[in-house]
Amino acid sequence: MADILQLLVAGLATGGIYALVAIGFVLLWQTSQTINFAQGEFVMVPAFFVLAAMKLGGLSFPVAMLLGLLVTLVVLGLLFKRLVVDPIIRHGVLPLVISTIALAIFLKESVKEFYAADAQPFPAAWATTNLAVGGAVVSVQNLVIIAVAVVAVAALQYFLAGTQTGRRMQATAQNPVLARILGIPVERMILYTFLINAGLVALASFLVSPIYLAKFSNGETLGLVAFIAAIVGGFNQVRGAIVGGLLLGVVDNFVAAYLTAQYRGAIPLFLLIAVILFRPQGLVGRAEERTV
Amino acid sequence: MKTWIKSALAAALAIGAATTAAQQTVNLPIVIELSGAGAVSGTNFRDGAMLAIDEINARGGILGRKINAPQTDTQSNPGVSRAQVQKALDGNPYAILGPIFSGSVKANMVLAQQAEVPQFTGAEAADITQAGNAYIFRTSFGQQASMPKIANYIRDGLKAKTVAVLWVNNDFGKGGRDTFVKEVTARGIKVVADISTESGQVDFAADVVKVKGANADAIFAYTNEEESARFLREARKQGVSTPLIGETTLLNQKVIELAGDAANGVRGHVGLSAEAPIPAVQEFRAKFTKRFGYVPDHNGIKGYTAVYAVKHATERIGKFDRKLLAQTMHGLTITPQQEPGILMETTWDDKGDIDRISFLAEVVDGKQKIVQTLPKLGK
Repeated sequence: MADILQLLVAGLATGGIYALVAIGFVLLWQTSQTINFAQGEFVMVPAFFVLAAMKLGGLSFPVAMLLGLLVTLVVLGLLFKRLVVDPIIRHGVLPLVISTIALAIFLKESVKEFYAADAQPFPAAWATTNLAVGGAVVSVQNLVIIAVAVVAVAALQYFLAGTQTGRRMQATAQNPVLARILGIPVERMILYTFLINAGLVALASFLVSPIYLAKFSNGETLGLVAFIAAIVGGFNQVRGAIVGGLLLGVVDNFVAAYLTAQYRGAIPLFLLIAVILFRPQGLVGRAEERTV
Repeated sequence: MKTWIKSALAAALAIGAATTAAQQTVNLPIVIELSGAGAVSGTNFRDGAMLAIDEINARGGILGRKINAPQTDTQSNPGVSRAQVQKALDGNPYAILGPIFSGSVKANMVLAQQAEVPQFTGAEAADITQAGNAYIFRTSFGQQASMPKIANYIRDGLKAKTVAVLWVNNDFGKGGRDTFVKEVTARGIKVVADISTESGQVDFAADVVKVKGANADAIFAYTNEEESARFLREARKQGVSTPLIGETTLLNQKVIELAGDAANGVRGHVGLSAEAPIPAVQEFRAKFTKRFGYVPDHNGIKGYTAVYAVKHATERIGKFDRKLLAQTMHGLTITPQQEPGILMETTWDDKGDIDRISFLAEVVDGKQKIVQTLPKLGK
C-alpha cells in the first residue's frame, strides 16, 4: 500500500509537468493552428536562462528565476510568434511543423554549444524534505509540483472562463473570423496565448529541472510525451490535456514498477494508438464534424 | 622569368617547411564522448589528456616531437565513434586516446587493431580485453578487477547478506552487473532485486520503489554519471536509508556535484580518485582545477595518465614505432620515479588490463573521502 501511494504521488507529479506542457500544445493549436514540436525544448531552455543569469550575471536564484521567466516570455513567447509562426503559418500547418522541428534542433544545439553538453544541477525553490504518510515516504518536492500544477491550471481555467480577456481568447479560438467581426483584437489574443504558453513551459522547467537536472536533451522525451498526452486527453480541450498528462504520468510509473521497466517508453504510444482506434476525439475531447 | 623562379623557390621552401613541421609532431587523436550520455566522462578524459599534452609539449614533446591532438566527439554513440576512429586512423595516428563508453570501444577497437594502432581506452567492460586484441590498453580497472574488491567490501565491511542491484542497460552496465552478481554470489550474498534502467533515463521513482521494496541489506547502483545523480536524488526523495554502494562512478565528483546532499553517505570502491592521499594526485588535482575550473573525476586521471604512459613507453623504445609501442606496453610497469606523470605505480598485463592501488571511499559533506587504500592485486 505504501508503495502504491508513493508511486501515485510520483506519477501525479510527473503527470502534472506533462499536463502543463500539454496545455501549451492545446492552447497554441486552438488559437493559431500551431503545432509546436519544439515544445519539449521550450521546457528545457528556461532552466538555462536561469543558470546563465546566475553564472554570468552573478544573480541570486530568485532574481535569476524572475529574469528567466521574463526572457522566456520574450524569446519563447513574443519572438517565437513574430519570427517563426507569423511568417510561416500562412503557408499551412506542415511547413510550420517542420519549422518547429528545426527550431527544436537549433535550441538543443545552441544550449550544447554555448552552455554545456553535460547535465547541470538546478536549485530547488522549495524544501527537499519528506513526509511520512501511512507508512509511505512522500516527497515534499512532489507535493509542491502537484500543488503548483493544480494552482496554475485552476488559475488558467479561471482566466479563460471568468475574465473578459479569457472569453475573448476563447472566442478567437472558436471562430477567429466572427471574433474579428465582433471587434475582438484577434492578433492580440493570439499573442496572449503564446505568452501563456511561454509562462507554462517556464513553470514546467523550474519544477522539473531540480529533479531531472538541466540538460540540453531534456526536451526530447518530455515534448513527445506531452504531445501524446494532449492527443490522448483530447486536443481540443484544455481539460483533456490535464487528464492526458496526469494519466500518462501515473500509468508510466505503475507500468515501470509492476509490469516492465524496459518497455515503459512505449506505453504512451500504446495509449495513443488505443485512443485513436477507439476514441479519436480523446478521452474528454469533443467530437468535431467537418462538412465536405 | 625571374619572378617565376622566385615563386617556385618560395613554394618549394614552404612545402619543405610544412613537411618539417609535420615531422616534428606526433599525432595522438582524442576520440571521446563530448556530448550525449557520456559527456561528463568524456570531457574529463579530454581535459586530463590535454593537460598532460600541454605539459609535455612545453618540455619539448616526446623524443623532440610536439604532440598534435585533434579532438572528435563520438556523441556517446557507438556508430558515430566507429566513424570517428576511422577518421582518426586516416590521419596516421601514433596512438588513439579514447573512447570511454564500452559499447563504443567494442564497436571501434577492431579498426585500430587492424591498422595496428595502439588504443588507450577509458572503458571498463570486462570483455574488452578478453577478445585477443593486442592493441587495446585500459587506463583504469576493468570490471573483473574492480568487482571482486567491491564484493569483498559488501561482505566484510558491511556484513551484508542480501543486496539489490540497479544497473544501466548498456555494455558498461550489463558487463558490470554480470561480473558483480557473479562475485557476490560466490561470496554467499543473495541478490534479492535485479533492476535494469535505461541510459539517459530521467525518472527513477518506480525503480527506487522497487529497490526499497526488496528490503536488502545494501543497494549496489551501477549506472553512468548523470543517471547516478538522478537515482541518488530520487532515493533521497523517497527516504531510502539502506547503504548505497557504488563502484567509482557513484562516488565521482560530477555525481556528487549533481546529486548535492543526496550523495552524502554513499560508499564504495574507487579505482582512481582525485581525492587520493597521494601528493602527485593532489598536485594533478590542483593543476586541473586551476586550468579547467572544476574538480576532475577518475576520467580526468585516465586521460592524463594515458598520455604519460605513451610518452614513457615511447622514450623507452627510443623511436616512434606503433607495433613496438604495443609490444612494450604489455607487461610494462611504470613507477612515478620513472615517470612522474603516471601519478601511481601502474602495470599493464599481457591483455592490456591494468593493475595499481585503489581505494575505499565515502561521500561526506559533499566530498569524496578516502577511507582505505587497497594494494595492487599483484602484490
